[in-house]
Amino acid sequence: MKIAVCINHVPDTETKIKVAGDNVSIDKAGVNYMLSPYDEFGIEEALRLREKFTGEVVAISLGGDANKDTLRKALAMGVDKAVHLKDDAVRDSFGVAFALAEELKAYGPEIIFFGKQSIDYDNGQVGTLVAAMLGLPSVNVVVKLEVGGDGTAVCEREIEGGHETVQVKLPAVITAQKGLNEPRYPSLKGIMAAKNKPIETKSAAAATVRVETLSMKRPPAKSAGKIVGTDKSAVPELIRLLHEEAKVI
Amino acid sequence: MNILVFAEQRDSKFKKSAFEAVSTGRTLADQSGGTCTAIVIGHNVTGIAAELAAYGATEVLVVDSPRTEQHAGGAWAAAIVQAAKAGRADIVLLSATQMGKDIAPRIAVGLDAGLGADCTALRVENSDVIASRPIYAGKAITEIKVKTPVKVFSIRPNVFSVKNTGGTAAVKPFNAELTDADFAAVVTGTKVASGRPDVAEADIIVSGGRGLKGPEHYHLIEELADVLHAGVGASRAVVDAGWRQHDEQVGQTGKTVSPSLYIACGISGAVQHLAGMSSSKYIVAINKDKDAPIFQIADYGIVGDVFEILPELTSRLKETLGQ
Repeated sequence: MKIAVCINHVPDTETKIKVAGDNVSIDKAGVNYMLSPYDEFGIEEALRLREKFTGEVVAISLGGDANKDTLRKALAMGVDKAVHLKDDAVRDSFGVAFALAEELKAYGPEIIFFGKQSIDYDNGQVGTLVAAMLGLPSVNVVVKLEVGGDGTAVCEREIEGGHETVQVKLPAVITAQKGLNEPRYPSLKGIMAAKNKPIETKSAAAATVRVETLSMKRPPAKSAGKIVGTDKSAVPELIRLLHEEAKVI
Repeated sequence: MNILVFAEQRDSKFKKSAFEAVSTGRTLADQSGGTCTAIVIGHNVTGIAAELAAYGATEVLVVDSPRTEQHAGGAWAAAIVQAAKAGRADIVLLSATQMGKDIAPRIAVGLDAGLGADCTALRVENSDVIASRPIYAGKAITEIKVKTPVKVFSIRPNVFSVKNTGGTAAVKPFNAELTDADFAAVVTGTKVASGRPDVAEADIIVSGGRGLKGPEHYHLIEELADVLHAGVGASRAVVDAGWRQHDEQVGQTGKTVSPSLYIACGISGAVQHLAGMSSSKYIVAINKDKDAPIFQIADYGIVGDVFEILPELTSRLKETLGQ
């Protein structure tokens, strides 16, 4: 089975975001980067499928040279091949999806994993855009995946207030939600083996910009609130404030 | 600009977010001098279509067939693309629910359109629509412009108001031409979790953290939530410890929520948690530690013991709300 996983290299969740001087991007000084967490569930699920069905897992990432760090982590987890689609410029979701789709057309995988959203821009579009561009079905926010040997898969996905079961014909795109699996830590053996696995660098197919960022700002700072009290005697006053001042109850 | 709004229904009942989307479509149509048409897809849904007139749709297209009884992302998107082309829609609008997030990118590809996803504000500016959307789980906000002639936008649930403007709508059946490929991914069953509102849609959320000390105490959170008809949320620590399911997690790797009221109990307020809930309209924090970062963004706080405060709050609210 040929399995592809698309992964992104993003500021870690501890980052206190500051806006750069151009007002359309973040200030990268002092920012540590990581594999986008939802993508990690995609890598783990791909590895489990390879263990079940035998086959090959390729990880693909679009971005600058720093993305190679994230591809190396994927290799260390056990992915067979890594492809770096190089572009130093920030792309919109369509631009990322277009380049990934071009690469995936050549590879022809049975299943393509994405994280449900990348934790930088939170667009949640790329996986499904790629599926639509390739003419494939897709299932998003997947928390459970069972691939039968018969060219279909059964997924459980999260919906508001519950879950739904989706039956999908392969090849298909799956976007991973937390809970799909517990990602493995790269073993020392895996980290060593990864050093011998090449990362193939190619140029990313050019695309037009469909969504333009006009400005980026920190949200307005909240003004200080009030401490209503320190024990249960404060409760009536809290209720009064919520009712009369905030008017939320 | 002509607006086509997808109104999500489940079990022949519209979601509140569908009314938010139609109201927003009406506002955009008024601002730009255009029309607001809604589209409803399912089976046995013709009867509910006219409800959308109240929120400003002047026409409601209905795809009603046994084939569209169960949701299939490809089919829903194909139908909306066809309706958008037939009606020369300039903008396709949907609520960014899980279903909306699934079909919006497909609609965008089908219309050669750019997609502004999960927007928290939209306004018409000359012939453009300028949208605001949070990034880095709300640690920053961007203003974006979709440059394609046709534009698709999804709006974050529970942010835009439902406006009941009254009015009438022409309800028309829409014949979508759907192929087997459109049904390659199809829903075969649904499981409801708790019957409480999902945190992504709840107007009030009561959320618990490690200060609850163990899963056996979480009933204090649930009891308060039930008095307020609220959703139940959880910090990452509590989900990772196995006390609660992931669908309750609020934060950068959980859900980003925007309720009118967020009550954080025994939650210290790590950067990642704040990212998920700081855009709540009002925040109440209950924590023993006066230096907990949560108090920096709370509107009201009680520096006290959750085991003392929560039962008191629950019982007094029961009295006040006459339960």
